[in-house]
Amino acid sequence: MRIKRNTILTLAVAVVLVGLLYWLSFNQAKNGMLVSILQKSAIFALVAVSMNLLNGFTGLFSLGQAGFMSIGAYTTAILLIPVKNLDGVYYMNGVSPFIRAVKVYLATLPDWFQAIYPFIALLLGALLAAIVAALVGIAVLRLKSDYLAIATLGMSEIIRAICSSPQMDKITNGSYGLNKIPNFPPLLGGLIPAMLTPFIVVAICITFIMLLIRSSYGRAFKAIREDEIAAEAMGISLVKHKAMSFVISSFFAALAGGLLAMYMRSIEAKTFSISLTYDILLIVVIGGIGSVSGSVLSAFLVTASKEWWLRFFDQPLNILGWQVPLFRTGFRMIIFSVLLMVVVLVYRRGLMGSNEFSWDRLLGRFKRKKLSEGGVK
Amino acid sequence: MSMTTILQHCLTGISLGGAYALIAIGYTLVYGILRLINFAHGDIFMMAGYFMIFAMASFPWPVAIVITIVVTTVMGVGIERMAYKPLRKSPRMSIMISAISVSYLLQNLSTYLFTAIPRGYPEIPFLKRIFQIGELSASFVTVLTPVLTLILVVLLMILVNKTKTGIAMRAVSKDFETAKLMGININGIVSVTFAIGSLLAAVGSILYFTDRMSVTPFSGTLPGLKCFVAAVFGGIGNIPGAVLGGFFIGIVETLLVALGYSTFSDAFTFLLLIVMLLVRPTGLFGEKTVEKV
Amino acid sequence: MSDILLKTEHLTMQFGGVVAVDDLNIEIPKGKIIALIGPNGAGKTTAFNVITGGYQATNGAVHFDGQIIGENTPNKKMRKIYGGTDQTVFHRRVVNTPDKITRLGMARTFQNIRLFKDLTVFENVLIAKHCHIKAGMLRSTFRLNHLEEHTMRQDSDALLDTVGLGAYRDAKASSLPYGKQRRLEIARALATHPKLLLLDEPAAGMNPKETDELALFIQSIKDSFELTIFLIEHHMNLVMDISDKIYVLDYGKTIAVGTPKEVQNNPAVIRAYLGVDEE
Repeated sequence: MRIKRNTILTLAVAVVLVGLLYWLSFNQAKNGMLVSILQKSAIFALVAVSMNLLNGFTGLFSLGQAGFMSIGAYTTAILLIPVKNLDGVYYMNGVSPFIRAVKVYLATLPDWFQAIYPFIALLLGALLAAIVAALVGIAVLRLKSDYLAIATLGMSEIIRAICSSPQMDKITNGSYGLNKIPNFPPLLGGLIPAMLTPFIVVAICITFIMLLIRSSYGRAFKAIREDEIAAEAMGISLVKHKAMSFVISSFFAALAGGLLAMYMRSIEAKTFSISLTYDILLIVVIGGIGSVSGSVLSAFLVTASKEWWLRFFDQPLNILGWQVPLFRTGFRMIIFSVLLMVVVLVYRRGLMGSNEFSWDRLLGRFKRKKLSEGGVK
Repeated sequence: MSMTTILQHCLTGISLGGAYALIAIGYTLVYGILRLINFAHGDIFMMAGYFMIFAMASFPWPVAIVITIVVTTVMGVGIERMAYKPLRKSPRMSIMISAISVSYLLQNLSTYLFTAIPRGYPEIPFLKRIFQIGELSASFVTVLTPVLTLILVVLLMILVNKTKTGIAMRAVSKDFETAKLMGININGIVSVTFAIGSLLAAVGSILYFTDRMSVTPFSGTLPGLKCFVAAVFGGIGNIPGAVLGGFFIGIVETLLVALGYSTFSDAFTFLLLIVMLLVRPTGLFGEKTVEKV
Repeated sequence: MSDILLKTEHLTMQFGGVVAVDDLNIEIPKGKIIALIGPNGAGKTTAFNVITGGYQATNGAVHFDGQIIGENTPNKKMRKIYGGTDQTVFHRRVVNTPDKITRLGMARTFQNIRLFKDLTVFENVLIAKHCHIKAGMLRSTFRLNHLEEHTMRQDSDALLDTVGLGAYRDAKASSLPYGKQRRLEIARALATHPKLLLLDEPAAGMNPKETDELALFIQSIKDSFELTIFLIEHHMNLVMDISDKIYVLDYGKTIAVGTPKEVQNNPAVIRAYLGVDEE
């Protein structure tokens, strides 16, 4: 009975969400702000989940997410900038002849290829990041918790320095960054509007990570998180499983990076600085370390609050001629920092702790509330 | 490059290295005792920069320097009390996240209070006096930094090795639990450690920003991380190691900039870190520890 | 094929200047229960750690089930400060990580219980089954190995019932009473299909009644899983009851070997335990 009820509830919510998104796709013009925030939230949800896979499920405290995102973003951007815009984008130093030749050739391919090309670009970016992660992983995954954190943070900075270095001018356009990146492509030959693409890609990726976490390999990750020495004594290869988690996490971070490049239309190395990793960590911590649904929920809440609901904190506010103090640029971020501190110090489990969303829990909580209210009488 | 230019760059490098060394000591002391990378240390250093700007606005420089050092020290100890102490028994990851949150808070707070636009750092006239040594020219601060650094390090070494507090500090860093059982006031020692670290960061900040001339809310991040690398390079927990690491990174960074690889000067530091962790994870002077099964 | 399952040859483990295990020569025949005893700090757990791959031996070799799983000879700095009594030269260097050794059929428990505390009893056992998984990561993620997964789950449940923890299946491991946690750790080790089970002080902290139960339990799993058991223990009653042969260590050196009766009457053993000489 209960299982049936839960399935129905889940389906109902899914239908409502899809319906809402579909409706939005037809009324984009009027809801530009909402669409844009939801898309950004979805992208951050994917990065947060990928970070959670490492930090929350495998117990590897890694701070390299921004670096891998930049690999994905740059690869996708370079592959997708239209040939006709190349000279405009690389106006300072010109573009490498090899990249131009490849892109000119690819542009001659038939329409069906052009339709899937953006997705190939995303995948290539993600694969490149996965390869880098595998190479870096061999070196840094041996390190203990905090050394790993600082080494991955360092690696992320190295990637950023390489992207913005003058030596890479003809490829990444150095410190000028890349622009004129095409927006999201439509899916299934236009059957699904472009606006919905990021949601679908993100949903597929998160589903994959969920399935992985629930598989035997996911259990092995958790074992490593709980106790490395015991996990190893149970025959779980630390090297193999840590590398697996690191590579998969980087793959999806880079994929999200590629989506972010499509979303922002222009990127520069500065976008992927340490503070981006901290922003993602904030989402993961608020959502609950070790909870995928927590990360997703938190990504939407945090992004919406940051970009929308709490915007008013940054504007001077007058109530009946009285100037409310404190309200000016930057106040919003203070609220966030304080919120993060409160979560870390007081409410350590975040929104979801290490639990996943479940109807039983949600409904059960209401029931308990009712009971306790009754008890007071 | 002529010999003079090389020497000139070395001088700048040593000066920068001195400031780095002072910050690196803060990392090494805290890590030695709490096994925590104090991610907020770089931001404490940045805040010290702002304190100096405001103190100089209303006081003569000797008073301003004292105010800056005192306020920074109080802030460092306060942060430990509020953000790290409640988490002593929590997993390593929680306390590290707490440190990152403090760093996040300090950056956002200073952006809010002082805006992200760089603020000019006040000039202390005598520090800026230019010296001519042969063909080399240097401001007084360039020469003062390494000298002051070395004096402070010697004082600190005496404190750590000769005084009762210092012995307690070493005991706590060797074995937290046993030190507690021996009746050492752990919280007191941790506070002293943060106080020393913040004090040195404040001094480092004055020396560093006098040369850089402006402060932004983010000017602490990279120097902070670099100084952590310096501490790891020298062997975390080891004070002379941190100083050596600070000077080394300062000099190499300056030379890289001089050679035109400025974008790679930051990357170099991290490359050094990764290589060091792989080749000799305990750093130059660190002790080897075996994890018990 | 010989009937010796585990054999160590001149096994020596030295940390800096301290020789924790010195020239240890053990032979464990199939189907027997062998005990390793000795006063605190005698090097028993270190010996376990070297055998299971946690530490790399300074000198000596470990043979398991017909192959060499660890071998080393003093090199570099160790060659100079080597303080072991045996100078036999081993040429090869064989290093296996603990997980590899576990997959070869040697499982262990820990002196200070190391369960996956936040996971359920069932998950603890199920995780141990992972080491023999055939499906790769992708196959497993997309549940293309549902048969294998199903078998793993069924086996885990069966195992929990066998060891009498079936009723605690969905409880958090850390919520179990102490004795049951010890038992779960043994069950988890059994889930890896070991030929040899190493128990590090399984009776630590147990009262006499629980210890008796444990003795029966060890006997019963030995028979039903066709195991060979190698254990470290301080409870002399337990050791004397169930062991076929006992090795006694003191300051890293083997001071006596024999049946429980022989060891009990050995003057060297009595001296080590009671410290007669010192008085």
